Amino acid sequence: MTGADVAIVQVTKRFGATLAVDDLSLRVPPGSLTALLGPSGCGKSTTLSLLAGLQHPDSGDVRVDGISVLAVPAERRPVALVVQKPLLFPHLSVAQNVGFGLRMARVDRRRRSRLVAEMLDRVQLPELADRRVGELSGGQEQRVALARALVLQPRVLLLDEPFSQLDTGLRVQMRALVRRLHDESEVTTLFVTHDQVEAVEVADTIALMQEGRLAGHGEPETFYQRPPSLAAARFFGVTNELPGCVQGGRFCSRTGLTLPTDLPNGEAVLVVRPDRMEMVDHRGPDTLDGVVTAARFAGSHIAVDVEIEPGRTLTAHVPVGATIALGSGVHLCLPPSACTLFGAGGRA
Amino acid sequence: MRRAFLGLLLAGLLLPLLPLLVWVVSGTWRYPDLLPSDLTTRGLNLLGDRRTPVLEGLLTSTVIGAAVSLVACLIGFPAGRALGLYRFRGRRVVQFLLLAPVIVPGLAVALGIQVFFVRLGLSDSVSGVVLVQLMPTVPYAATVFGAAFANLDVDYERQARTLGAGPVRTLLFVTVPLLRPAIVVAALLTFLISWSEYVMTLLIGGGQVKTLPLLLFAAIGSSDTTAAAALALLVVLPPLLLLMAAAPLLSGRSGAMVGVGRL
Repeated sequence: MTGADVAIVQVTKRFGATLAVDDLSLRVPPGSLTALLGPSGCGKSTTLSLLAGLQHPDSGDVRVDGISVLAVPAERRPVALVVQKPLLFPHLSVAQNVGFGLRMARVDRRRRSRLVAEMLDRVQLPELADRRVGELSGGQEQRVALARALVLQPRVLLLDEPFSQLDTGLRVQMRALVRRLHDESEVTTLFVTHDQVEAVEVADTIALMQEGRLAGHGEPETFYQRPPSLAAARFFGVTNELPGCVQGGRFCSRTGLTLPTDLPNGEAVLVVRPDRMEMVDHRGPDTLDGVVTAARFAGSHIAVDVEIEPGRTLTAHVPVGATIALGSGVHLCLPPSACTLFGAGGRA
Repeated sequence: MRRAFLGLLLAGLLLPLLPLLVWVVSGTWRYPDLLPSDLTTRGLNLLGDRRTPVLEGLLTSTVIGAAVSLVACLIGFPAGRALGLYRFRGRRVVQFLLLAPVIVPGLAVALGIQVFFVRLGLSDSVSGVVLVQLMPTVPYAATVFGAAFANLDVDYERQARTLGAGPVRTLLFVTVPLLRPAIVVAALLTFLISWSEYVMTLLIGGGQVKTLPLLLFAAIGSSDTTAAAALALLVVLPPLLLLMAAAPLLSGRSGAMVGVGRL
C-alpha cells in the first residue's frame, strides 16, 4: 500500500484564548516526506494531533485521499504517530509493543509474530524482541516506537520531533533510518521539527509554520535561495537585511544600492544570505562600501562583519585563507540573483 | 542492621498473636498457674464445626469483603481519574466530600442511615451491609486512584488510540495494566476495611448478617476466651496471607507495600 494524499483545508484550532492553528491549509502529496518546520509553539504538534484525530479542529477539514476524516476516530484513521517520548508500554516486551497495533487489529498470533520479526529486522533490532522495555537505550526505544507504528502499514506516518531527545550522532543515524524506511514503504510522512538543518537534511519538501500559519511550502533549496517571506528568511538564518523603499519599479536602499523589482511602491527590505555575498576589489553597481569590524573563523569559511553605515552591519562568508584586516575599507558585492526583496507585510 | 530491623518489625507484628495461640488450646487456666492446667482442642474444633456459625461467618465476611472491594474500586476508579487528571471547578469541594465519611464517625452515620435502610428494605441483608460499607471504602479507593492517575502519563492512552485501540480496549490493555499496583492497593485496602468493619455491619445487618468481627465480639461478650482467641486468629490471619500473596503483584515503585513482598 502506498502513501495517501493528505490535505489540511482552512483548519483553525483554539485552546482557550490562544490560537494554535490559524486558517492553515497544507497539502502533502502522496508518498512525500515533508518536514513541518517552525519555532516551538507555532502549532506544528497541534497540526499533527489534528491529523491523527487526537484533537478536533474548530473549523476546516482534514482529508485523506480527498475524503474528510473528521468523523473518523483516531483508532480508525490510517495514520500512525510517533512522538518525542517513546511511550513504549512498560508492561509489554519489545515484541509485544511492536505487535500491539496488530493485536488490536485482531491479526492472528502466527502472522503477528512474523510481521513483528520482519519489522524488528527493518529497524535493525532483531535481537531485542524478548527484552523488557525498561532495558533499552534512547535510540533503541525510538526504533521500537517507529517499528510499532510502521508495522501497521499506515498510509500516513506522523513524526513529532521523534529524535530531539537523542544526542547529535544518533540523531543523524535516525534521520537516515527514517529516510530509508520512508523510501521502502513510500508512506506519506510528515516530520515535525524545529531544527532547519534536520528539516533540510531529511525532507523532500518543507512546510514552514509560524504563529499557526503556513509561512512557506517548497523544496529545501527554495528556502535558502528564494525565501517566501521575511520571517522565513530569518528562520533560515539570513541575518543581512537592508531596509529601503520601492519607487516606480526600483528598490533603493538607504545606503544607495538599487535593484529592479515589480513590488508596489512603499517600504521594502532586501535580504541576502551571508554565503552569497562577496568581497571585491573594485566598486561596481552592485557593491556597497564598508569597514571590517570583526572576523570569525567558522571552519569552512570566515564570517566577516562589515559596517556599511553607523549601526548597520552585514555579514559575509569569505573563503578560508583570505586576508582580512580589521578596520580596513572593503567593497561588498551583492549579486542581484542572490537578493530577495520583501515589501510591506514581509511578502516577496 | 537491615536484617535486625526487619526482624524487629516481624516480631512486633507476630508477637501479639502468640497469646492467642496459647489461649486457643488452653482449657482451664486459673490465676496463680503459670501455664494452663489442661489443654483442649475445643478452639480448633470450633473452626471446623458445622453446628457453630464460624465457617458461615468466614464465608459471609469473604463475600461481603470481595463485593465491597469490587464495587468500591469500580466507583473509585473513574472518580480517581477525574480527581487526578482534571482541574475542574469545585475539585477541592469534591475531594472534601469524598473524605467526609472517613472523618465523621461511622456510628453516627450508620445510625442515621439505618432509618432509610429499614424503609427501603435493605436492613438485615447482605446487600444492605455491602452498600453501607461503601461509605468508608469508596473514599480510600478514590484517593488511591486519584494519586495513581495524577502520576499517569495520558500520552500512553493517546498512543494506544493511534495504534488502533478504541476507548474500551485502551482502558483494558493500557490503562489498567499501567495502574495495576494502584488497583491491587485499592482492592486490598477496601477489602481489609470491610473485613474488620463492626459497627455498621451490626446496625445495618441487624444481627442477621454475621461476619467474623460480630462473632468475635459475641465470644468476648460471653467471656469465652478459647472461642475468642480462635476467632481473633481467624480475623487476623487471612488479611496477612492476602497481603503476602499480593505483594509480588506490586511493582517496586509502589512504596509502602514493598516491604511485605520481601519478607
